[in-house]
Amino acid sequence: METWWQALTFTLGYNTGVVTLGAMLLAAGAGMVGTFVLLRKRALVSDAISHATLPGLALAFILVGMTTGDGRYLPALLLGAAASAALGLWAVQAISDHTRLGEDAAIGAVLSTFFAFGVVLITVIQSMTVLGQSGLTGYLVGATAGMLASEAKLIAACALGLLAAVLVLRRDLLLLCFDADFARTQGLDTRRLDLVLLMLLMAVVVIGLKVTGLILIVALTIIPPVAARFWTDQPMRMVALAAVLGALAGYLGVTLSSVREGLPTGALIVLSAFVLFLVSFLFSPRRGVLASLLAYRRLRQRIHLRQGLLALCRDEPIFDDLTLALLRRHGYIRRDGVATQAGLVAARDAEHEERLWSVYRASYPDDALHREHAGLVPIHEVLSPDAIMALETQLMGRREVVR
Amino acid sequence: MSEFMMFSLVPMTVAVIISMTCALLGNFLVLRRQSLIGDAISHVALPGIVVSFLLTGVLSSSAMMLGAGVSALVTVGMIELIRRLGRVEASAAMGVVFTSLFALGVLLLEWHGASGVHLDVEHALYGNLESLIWFDGTSLASLVDPAALADLPPQLGRAAWVGLVVVIMLVVLRRHLVLGSFDPEFAASVSARPALVDLVLVTLVAIAAIAAFEAVGSIIVIAMFICPAAAARLMTNRLDHQVAWSQLFAMVSAVIGYLVAGHGPGWLGFEASFSAAGMIATVAGLILMLACLLGPRRGRIGATVAG
Repeated sequence: METWWQALTFTLGYNTGVVTLGAMLLAAGAGMVGTFVLLRKRALVSDAISHATLPGLALAFILVGMTTGDGRYLPALLLGAAASAALGLWAVQAISDHTRLGEDAAIGAVLSTFFAFGVVLITVIQSMTVLGQSGLTGYLVGATAGMLASEAKLIAACALGLLAAVLVLRRDLLLLCFDADFARTQGLDTRRLDLVLLMLLMAVVVIGLKVTGLILIVALTIIPPVAARFWTDQPMRMVALAAVLGALAGYLGVTLSSVREGLPTGALIVLSAFVLFLVSFLFSPRRGVLASLLAYRRLRQRIHLRQGLLALCRDEPIFDDLTLALLRRHGYIRRDGVATQAGLVAARDAEHEERLWSVYRASYPDDALHREHAGLVPIHEVLSPDAIMALETQLMGRREVVR
Repeated sequence: MSEFMMFSLVPMTVAVIISMTCALLGNFLVLRRQSLIGDAISHVALPGIVVSFLLTGVLSSSAMMLGAGVSALVTVGMIELIRRLGRVEASAAMGVVFTSLFALGVLLLEWHGASGVHLDVEHALYGNLESLIWFDGTSLASLVDPAALADLPPQLGRAAWVGLVVVIMLVVLRRHLVLGSFDPEFAASVSARPALVDLVLVTLVAIAAIAAFEAVGSIIVIAMFICPAAAARLMTNRLDHQVAWSQLFAMVSAVIGYLVAGHGPGWLGFEASFSAAGMIATVAGLILMLACLLGPRRGRIGATVAG
């Protein structure tokens, strides 16, 4: 607990502090880029990219290892990873553009084939006499414990560059995500822009390899944007929120992992992100499960109450327990089921409103279709006094005709 | 010859059986554009296995398979829940669930890693094909010798069982499955129960993935669910031909991949051998690449009328 507090307040030591900041910047960048990718409905492309880094990593390790004797040289490894990820990305694009296979099959084929080839190369490395072999498996699930301050700074610098690039490109990317055809008419080269977006995603994945490992970096580009979507309908706010949630997950994950020796940082970052997602999923006031349940309950009660009042007015017997309970709670009926004075008044009002609505529906069928739950909400909340007056006159006229 | 019988026959047979089983199911996953469900399920086998180990304290195959099966069903349930209740896109929901569960598996594994468990992430990924040695398989005669046959590695029997179950289920369900793959609404209208068939398909995928997971690692599973079926899709417009092609591709990649992994380094003058699982998946990918470049039905719209 004490160690965690120290880590949380950046007093655990210089190295941990730098690593924490680096991970936060990375996760923020991943959240921002991930939001655009999610809105473009290509969330799982990052899965293909991340798995496709493995052969490049391994090849770079072999080349560096053969020349210097120790393969652990981060810039070279990242470069190799980026190269093979780019190749994988091109393959996904080519398969889904030029063959009848869907993007899901393209993603799956590329990720499994590239990863498998990487595994083959790793078995080659294991038979070589090179230092730092075990360091390579750290890229599978991430290892920040042994991260050098210089490596963390490199990651942080790259993440900052990424954030800047997203800020500059945000308007174009937004247009691409919401209406690619319109973007094209505005003179944007959407093919190139798509490519730029995927390049940014690739940059996130490559930078993040060392922090969360190649299997879990996918999570950082998906979970924070999905969580952010629950809180807002405005895309720019969603981007910002995804960045904040990502950074928060990075902060919690890295600090938690410093509590005990050997705790996997990547896994803890992802699980922190998942907890943030879960909170959003359950408690968001807009789209959360709890909010939906409450809204459903309110709707149900409103319908039951209205039906109960109409039944009172028409002197029909009521059998439904919920309806009876609601009427009783509002003081519209007595315990023995007989309507009270207030109940009769309310029932007459409900009946009258129902008539107004039915006149409205008959006169303006198109408008009525577009109003959600027309007839359930009090009419004066929806229509202007003038419009209601007009309906009243119509209703009067109709009664006279009947008479 | 005896060396081949002892070291290569069993792993190669297991690889062939599992590859063909996965490819068979893969045909329907590719048609339904659900290829990545295999990917998700093979990832979440890890937490399932770790949890079952933590609960039972032993590394028995049946407990592991049960744990992985339960976690696969939990995953599918969670994906559906998030997709429906949260109105999240299906692929994003999948991404949220399988990465989180995988992270949970890694965390639990590392947390208890100090207690000397023989279980690690790499093993789960690469599998252990090379360790399936048939000690009594000394010559061709062992194939008919009951004593020697009794010594066959148990993974072979399990793989064969799973393959048989999958084939039987697919034969029984084939009409419903085909109908649901091409036109779910029509399938529902003629009470072919597409939702139920979906669930059966996912369960079969989970069973195949788990059986394969133990013997050959998860990477080969993902490759075999997608690559042979996708390549076959580019060869023909007829489903029965596609299934046949996918079986051929799966068998060829398993055999060639295994042989190259075992003997390839020797041809290049190395001592060691490559990862067989990795090599098999790589060969499957190469076959798909060739199909993408040369397959007669690779175009999006059938340019020529199917014969």
